[in-house]
Amino acid sequence: MADTAQAPAAQAVATVPVVEAAGITKRFGATVALRDAKIAIDPGESHALVGRNGAGKSTLVSVLTGIQQPDTGTLSFSGKPAPAFGDTDAWRSRVACVYQRSTVIGGLTVAENLFLNRQSEGGFRPIRWKALRARAEALLAEYGVDVSPTARIADLTVEQRQFVEIARALSFGARFIILDEPTAKLDARGIERLFTKLRGLQEQGVAFLFISHHLQEVYELCTRVTVYRDARHILTAPVEGLGHDALVEAMTGESSAADPVAAAAASRPRTVGSQPVLEVRGLTLPGVYTDLSLTVQAGEVVGLAGATASGNVQLGETVAGLHRPRAGQLAVRGRTVRLGDIPAALAAGIGFVPEDRHLQGLVPERSVAENATLTVTDQLGPFGTVLPSRTRDFARRMIEDLDIKTPDAATPVSALSGGNQQKVVVARALATEPELVVAIRPTNGVDIKSKEFLLGRFRRHAEQGRAALIVSDELDDLRTCDRVVTMFHGRIAAEYPAGWTDEQLVAAMEGIAGTGHPTQPRPTDLTDTTETEHERDTKGPRHGGHH
Amino acid sequence: MAAITEPGLASEAAPAAASVPRRSLNLARYRDLSLVPVLLVLALIGFIVSPAFLTSANLLGVAQQSTELSLLVLGEALILVVGKMDLSLESTIGVAPVIAMWLVLPSHGGRFQGLGALPTWTAIPVCLLVGALIGAVNGFLILKLRLNGFIVTLGALTMLRGLQVAISQGQSIVEVPNSFLYLGETSWLGAPAAVWICLVLFAVGGAALAWLRHGRALYAIGGNAEAARTAGIRVDRITWTVLIIGSVLAAFAGVLYTGHYGSVSADQGSGWIFQVFAATVIGGVSLNGGKGTLFGALTGVLTLQLVVNVMTLAGVPPLWNQFLNGLIIIVALIISRYASGEKQE
Repeated sequence: MADTAQAPAAQAVATVPVVEAAGITKRFGATVALRDAKIAIDPGESHALVGRNGAGKSTLVSVLTGIQQPDTGTLSFSGKPAPAFGDTDAWRSRVACVYQRSTVIGGLTVAENLFLNRQSEGGFRPIRWKALRARAEALLAEYGVDVSPTARIADLTVEQRQFVEIARALSFGARFIILDEPTAKLDARGIERLFTKLRGLQEQGVAFLFISHHLQEVYELCTRVTVYRDARHILTAPVEGLGHDALVEAMTGESSAADPVAAAAASRPRTVGSQPVLEVRGLTLPGVYTDLSLTVQAGEVVGLAGATASGNVQLGETVAGLHRPRAGQLAVRGRTVRLGDIPAALAAGIGFVPEDRHLQGLVPERSVAENATLTVTDQLGPFGTVLPSRTRDFARRMIEDLDIKTPDAATPVSALSGGNQQKVVVARALATEPELVVAIRPTNGVDIKSKEFLLGRFRRHAEQGRAALIVSDELDDLRTCDRVVTMFHGRIAAEYPAGWTDEQLVAAMEGIAGTGHPTQPRPTDLTDTTETEHERDTKGPRHGGHH
Repeated sequence: MAAITEPGLASEAAPAAASVPRRSLNLARYRDLSLVPVLLVLALIGFIVSPAFLTSANLLGVAQQSTELSLLVLGEALILVVGKMDLSLESTIGVAPVIAMWLVLPSHGGRFQGLGALPTWTAIPVCLLVGALIGAVNGFLILKLRLNGFIVTLGALTMLRGLQVAISQGQSIVEVPNSFLYLGETSWLGAPAAVWICLVLFAVGGAALAWLRHGRALYAIGGNAEAARTAGIRVDRITWTVLIIGSVLAAFAGVLYTGHYGSVSADQGSGWIFQVFAATVIGGVSLNGGKGTLFGALTGVLTLQLVVNVMTLAGVPPLWNQFLNGLIIIVALIISRYASGEKQE
């Protein structure tokens, strides 16, 4: 696989880039979204685009796909100038984009989604459903997508939907695909399958622009990486030989040598011996998890890892009172908490950062202040009143505490960037000063700086004699934990103290104890890069703290 | 640091996931038929309570009674599938004929004084044109000015009802030209023409939704407008067209209604919108857009009409009609929820 991955890079000199943009500037009113930006991608290349939120990645995608017209700059596909703005069909035959947000329609079948708005030759020609299904079947087979064309999209997994979207994109004839955070909603196994598929397509000569917050994935999949920061192009370099630290430094503009999170993890004070903060005994939620027991001590940050169907998210939600298990007990500081009762969980001292901030976390049109104080409205005034002044003061404290970048406490939370929105959700959870904060994928879709800050904040919370339970399948989240409990198919599979290797944890989440798995070092040709990767990882300061 | 291995579970998970879509696809297919058993049960009850039920006179009567409502339901179903709502249909059914009469009837001689501005034969085209205009204005307000569709059409409902009252001075218009009455009162092949027309319109609409790209686009837009846009569908243009078609159908229902009763009554269509929504939703059309068929919507209309008919035949006091009408809506909703197995939210 390495040959195919490296071959395009070698040919790069001879071939014309499948897409080349130079001197692109785009303004929206007073803000400059892109300033003299550039990018060039070779045929069959897998190119990563990374940068913090607001670096200009989304605008570049809009420009490359013909959704936005740049103010200045040139754009060409395979050496020819870009099609006229608004000529949708021409754009689509050159470039396709699989967005973070799904662009297939849940209620319709796979076949119809694949040929949406071109089900028949003309607007008044009837659709021949049988022929359409046959065409869909052929298209899916061509790209090796194992999905029935008659299945409804709503019944597919996220991963299958993405495959359908990729197949649809390719069916327009595009040989260049932009993947905007394709792995955000996949579990580790799904990501591995996606990558396998992408490598296969690459062998067919398809080029990718891969946008991700997960640098690990960039190293795993891509041959070159382009970094944007503050609307500018910072660097383009082969992934191989570019250190993790150098990459982070390019993204943030500052050296990450002194990693505060890892440093904090190193000097962690432990107050073991006192009453445990959380005690879970024999919890069973039929079909999800069985007979689970877990203890979290004061001062501890515990990771609860697992793939999508492992039940780790549901366990976290159960602790916060979102589900009522059939059996088992839950106690905070020795006091039993009523199960399946969110107010009771709150009163017992459990703070909760939900999985999806858009669905469960925020009221988008309301202010930062209101959102941050949603859990503590009883403390904001006498006799059930909520005094605006107290709300504001409380919110200001939270804004300062969590370093939320907002013009004002009264700003609607929808106006904030993803990372800052997530901080508001965390503020809401911490507002009650909980004994235990349960955070589910707390850094999902959050830029690297905010990520480090949030993880550090959970650590600080634990240092105050309290505790945090971080439910995630993100290795970066789990690295900062004192120990990680992995779940597989509703049971606890293994437990690791800090200092585990990526292989160990991924294998445990996959239910496999370190033998013959795809995420293990790949066949001979790639072992070299994999090893250097791990050397880098284990040498990095982020890990140094654990040893 | 031992991890428990369960490789068996991992390999079994994949085929299990693959078989799920097929089963629920079948359920989704039956969703539109969920009211058919209800109709059969109603027919059985009707047969038991009265010998008059299963006569062609009675059944054709029910069918004709259903025509006007069913045209509104046809329009509303299309609008709901595309993800919008139009409350003003119930006023369009009244105001469009009144404006047509106003323009074609002579300015003196009759009880109602028109303008006499247009020849009599233009009555139906003018009526349909008024419908198209109403739909176009609603579409402009909703799609161009980006106003809230529910409130816009609520305003239009009140405004158009007021326009009708103002023009007709609150009176029924009885001197209706014969050309305007013809479709609503005549019979073809032993059944009211209105029934045939409705059947044809439902068949045409159903076929367009099933086999035309632009028909399928309605489901795409209602399911996920943003995704439809990225697929190259002209979302606003199609939505606008659907709003216009809905209003034209309502105006046409006004033609049939006027022919059926021989006059344009002052409160023609008043209060119908609740029935329209009830019929459409119990027929399996989602209020959130993107789901439902015209056949389902038609069974919804028939269910509501048949209940009234059976109740009348059974001698239920008419004062209980409203109560029972509401009850049947809720019961039908429960039935269609469990027949389809899908939550309605």
